[in-house]
Amino acid sequence: MNFRLGRLSKSAMTRQRDDALAHEAPTAEVDRAPAGGAAKVKARDVNVFYGDKQALFDVSLDVPEKAVTALIGPSGCGKSTFLRCINRMNDTIPGCRVEGSITLDSQDINDKAVDPVLLRARVGMVFQKPNPFPKTIFENVAYGPRIHGIASSKSELEGLVESSLKRAGLWNEVADRLHQPGTSLSGGQQQRLVIARAIAVSPEVILMDEPCSALDPIATARIEELIDELRSQYCIVIVTHSMAQAARVSQKTGFFHMGKLVEAGPTDEIFTNPRDTRTQDYITGRFG
Amino acid sequence: MNEHIVKSYEDELNALTAECARMGGLTEAQVADALEAVVKRDQQLAGQVVVRDKRLDELETEIERKAIRMIALRQPLANDLRRTVAAMKIANNLERVGDLAKNIAKRSLVLIEAEPMTPLNRSIERMGRLVSSRLKEVLDAYTSNDVDRAVAVWSRDDEVDEHYNSLFRELLTYMMGDPRTITACAHLLFVAKNLERIGDHATNIAEIIHYEITGQEMISERPKTDSLRP
Repeated sequence: MNFRLGRLSKSAMTRQRDDALAHEAPTAEVDRAPAGGAAKVKARDVNVFYGDKQALFDVSLDVPEKAVTALIGPSGCGKSTFLRCINRMNDTIPGCRVEGSITLDSQDINDKAVDPVLLRARVGMVFQKPNPFPKTIFENVAYGPRIHGIASSKSELEGLVESSLKRAGLWNEVADRLHQPGTSLSGGQQQRLVIARAIAVSPEVILMDEPCSALDPIATARIEELIDELRSQYCIVIVTHSMAQAARVSQKTGFFHMGKLVEAGPTDEIFTNPRDTRTQDYITGRFG
Repeated sequence: MNEHIVKSYEDELNALTAECARMGGLTEAQVADALEAVVKRDQQLAGQVVVRDKRLDELETEIERKAIRMIALRQPLANDLRRTVAAMKIANNLERVGDLAKNIAKRSLVLIEAEPMTPLNRSIERMGRLVSSRLKEVLDAYTSNDVDRAVAVWSRDDEVDEHYNSLFRELLTYMMGDPRTITACAHLLFVAKNLERIGDHATNIAEIIHYEITGQEMISERPKTDSLRP
């Protein structure tokens, strides 16, 4: 039985990885066997409150660098709330309180010394609906580098816009119409434009909140291909309702349910042999 | 286990398992009848086994088709995925068992033409009974989702090997004692080998059930008796 050998060596690999990472700060029981590289973002006992209502309960999760981490779970489970903690987007919501620690390269992002605007340049975000600025394609991408003073000359800025659009896989489609409005592009192109805008400021982490849910299958495939390419350079966290998408694009998956992280681990294990029955019920489409 | 939200998905998965169980029942009957054809020298029964094997081939194709359809249309995950793949693999093993039973039945037709060798027949019958009971046990484990029962079958594979090895020695003794028995003994040796292989398929099925239910492979070394020297 060939598949047995495959599975065996796989689990042996996982074990070795566990051993190699055993000296790392231990995470909660629910987060096992970090997939991919060392942890870029570490969340420990994160609790989030919207006024009196608690949205997240003691979430501890390691987000590996140079890998894609997928967050899945039913609506209202807290996965987007958690995503928004990573670049302090929750700061913008009145009455929202975040407890616990989230570190980016071992720096506490909620520290008073951290400027949330600079943090968001390091931790970019892509939303469900493409949200290009009502400006030209060029200006959409040039905006970030300009306000953060990343490019020192016009030619450098032009080079940065081109390389960002190329990395987002959009350059060939827009090279001859850079000065048309960003909103004139198709939905899939707009989403890639937004990704180009996010990577133009050289972020370290890219957060994606259901980036493909408004796109057709072809545009979705392009974005997924892009995510797969970007993962060699960035730490990517994606929230998705599509189980198949989580399985396709991610190396690590975390399952949220009712504000708690139920289980996190290597994507192939979560989708073939989840440990928690709640995870199993959710991904197989059963009544929870 | 909670039920699927989409009821037709639940029904299809259950139908797949049920069909696999039905194929199992048919396979058991084929093995039992093939064995009886040898022991009772029943020409008619042997013929029936040969004819009925076609049905097993059809069932295997049907189960495989359904499983592939399930993967394409439902994208089963986790335990559902393991269940789908297990059904396909078990059907595959059962189809092989069916072929082996058919081969035994065919050999019984040749054996009927030779002089009966009662003591050898008894040994074959004992081994056949053991193999049949293992097949029955493992299929019961499948239908009742009982991993312990599957493991029990898996860990007792050496009993069949022991029977095979002793039959092998017995047949050699006969052949050396009277060369006129060589044709019949050679056929009986193949019958024994086929029975031993059916036992191996039962073991395979036990491993598949273990993976289906637990998501883990059986990794420890299976007990094995391999002394083929006479």
